[in-house]
Amino acid sequence: MSSAAAAPVPRYLLEARGVRKSFGTTEVLKSVDLLVEPGKLVFLIGPSGSGKSTLLRCCNRLEEPDGGSIIMDNVDLLSPRTDINAARRQIGMVFQSFNLYPHLTVQKNITLALRKVVGMSTADANARAAEMLALVGLPDKAASYPAQLSGGQQQRIGIARSLALNPKIILMDEPTSALDPELVGSVLAVVKDLRDRGITMVIASHEMNFAREAADKVVFLDGGLVIEHGSAENIFLRPQEERTRRFLAQIRH
Amino acid sequence: MEQFGQEFLNLDVMAKVAPFLLQGLLQTLLLCSFLIPIGLVSGILVMLLTTSPYRLLRWPAIAAVDFFRAFPPLVLLVFVYAGLPFIGLRVPALVAVAVAFLINSASYYGEIYRAGMVSVPKGQREAARSTGLSATQTLLYVTLPQAIRNVLPDLLSNTVELVKLTTLASVISVPELLHSANLARSLTYNSSPLILAAIIYLLLLLPIVRLIARLEHRL
Ligand SMILES: Nc1ncnc2c1ncn2[C@@H]1O[C@H](COP(=O)(O)OP(=O)(O)OP(=O)(O)O)[C@@H](O)[C@H]1O
Ligand SMILES: [Mg+2]
Repeated sequence: MSSAAAAPVPRYLLEARGVRKSFGTTEVLKSVDLLVEPGKLVFLIGPSGSGKSTLLRCCNRLEEPDGGSIIMDNVDLLSPRTDINAARRQIGMVFQSFNLYPHLTVQKNITLALRKVVGMSTADANARAAEMLALVGLPDKAASYPAQLSGGQQQRIGIARSLALNPKIILMDEPTSALDPELVGSVLAVVKDLRDRGITMVIASHEMNFAREAADKVVFLDGGLVIEHGSAENIFLRPQEERTRRFLAQIRH
Repeated sequence: MEQFGQEFLNLDVMAKVAPFLLQGLLQTLLLCSFLIPIGLVSGILVMLLTTSPYRLLRWPAIAAVDFFRAFPPLVLLVFVYAGLPFIGLRVPALVAVAVAFLINSASYYGEIYRAGMVSVPKGQREAARSTGLSATQTLLYVTLPQAIRNVLPDLLSNTVELVKLTTLASVISVPELLHSANLARSLTYNSSPLILAAIIYLLLLLPIVRLIARLEHRL
């Protein structure tokens, strides 16, 4: 941070600028900037339909943006010359509904990309999977099938699966909103652990208490625009925009 | 009753024609050993065409699949066998059977695979692609295995249909099991060879039908 003042431009790990996306005639993202510094945890908040998921999905091109630029660690993600499969290896994604492969064991869920994309040997991949399972607190689930696990356990496997590829950043789309309340804590504990390990993350979530406690930066999205962004403290305690205040009031009931 | 037994369940006749029918069975098995695996694989290719994001591939493929599913396979077989010589292609009867029934079964298998692919949630593909797997790898390791698992009973049912379909080959005198049985019937002036053929088909197909029932129960 001390050298930040000297550097002319801040160095962002993820630098999305002016991202636009429409579905048919619905303009979901009008012109959105998302700037993420390495090692930071960025929270994406906003009402339902504000475009949080779409923005995250544009950042690994599960959704093709209509315009703007997205630079991931100096790689232009929107350039036709970019090998998107190679780029996606660096961008982990965790889904609201986990999306574990139901026909594969937990171990195979984690090792599939390690073997087929990275080209690891099965033995190395299995060792890596064991390491990841220990990290998310499920060391004895390698042989289980996803259907045999609770939602919270499934989501931790989802995190382990993306983490195994050693990505530069992990995007999480409402990682806890499909979970029973008593299972949310176990997933958030893993997220917090990742943050403490310096893993860069962008999380779309309605877990405001967690955001306040853990986020380095909060971005409030509404109507396809970033209405306000700043530190968790500023957004939650001193929101500048009326729409932010209204949203936060609603969320707190 | 005695007459009925003489006509349909004459063990002497059955014993006499059994070696001949076995020849027919071998011909049927030969046809199936080609049609089933090639049909299963080309069904995947058909599915890839009918679900292609490119209209230029998708539309003709869908039209062709609809056509061949509605078109009587017997007529198709006669067309291939008797029609191809008109464009200078004289094919052996066995090849005509293979081509005609492959077109037919690939269309059916293709539709079953397509239903299977539709049943796999979109998130599966997205999860796979987000880890850097290519479109082909995603198909091979993530979506297709789930699709097949979801429609396994239908794939097997269609395979049973395909085995029974091969009996139509008798129309162009391919000496498969039913053709041999029918020939034996006319030579012995007795229907028992047909019953023997039916018993062989039952022995062949009942285990598969049983398996289908069990698979459907499991779902
Ligand atoms: N594939 C799609 N086709 C058409 N419309 C879509 C598609 N995906 C999203 N949308 C629309 O885009 C808008 C933004 O959706 P998005 O899922 O990004 O919002 P969100 O902020 O994630 O909402 P939530 O909090 O409910 O998850 C919604 O109006 C949605 O209906
Ligand atoms: Mg969403």
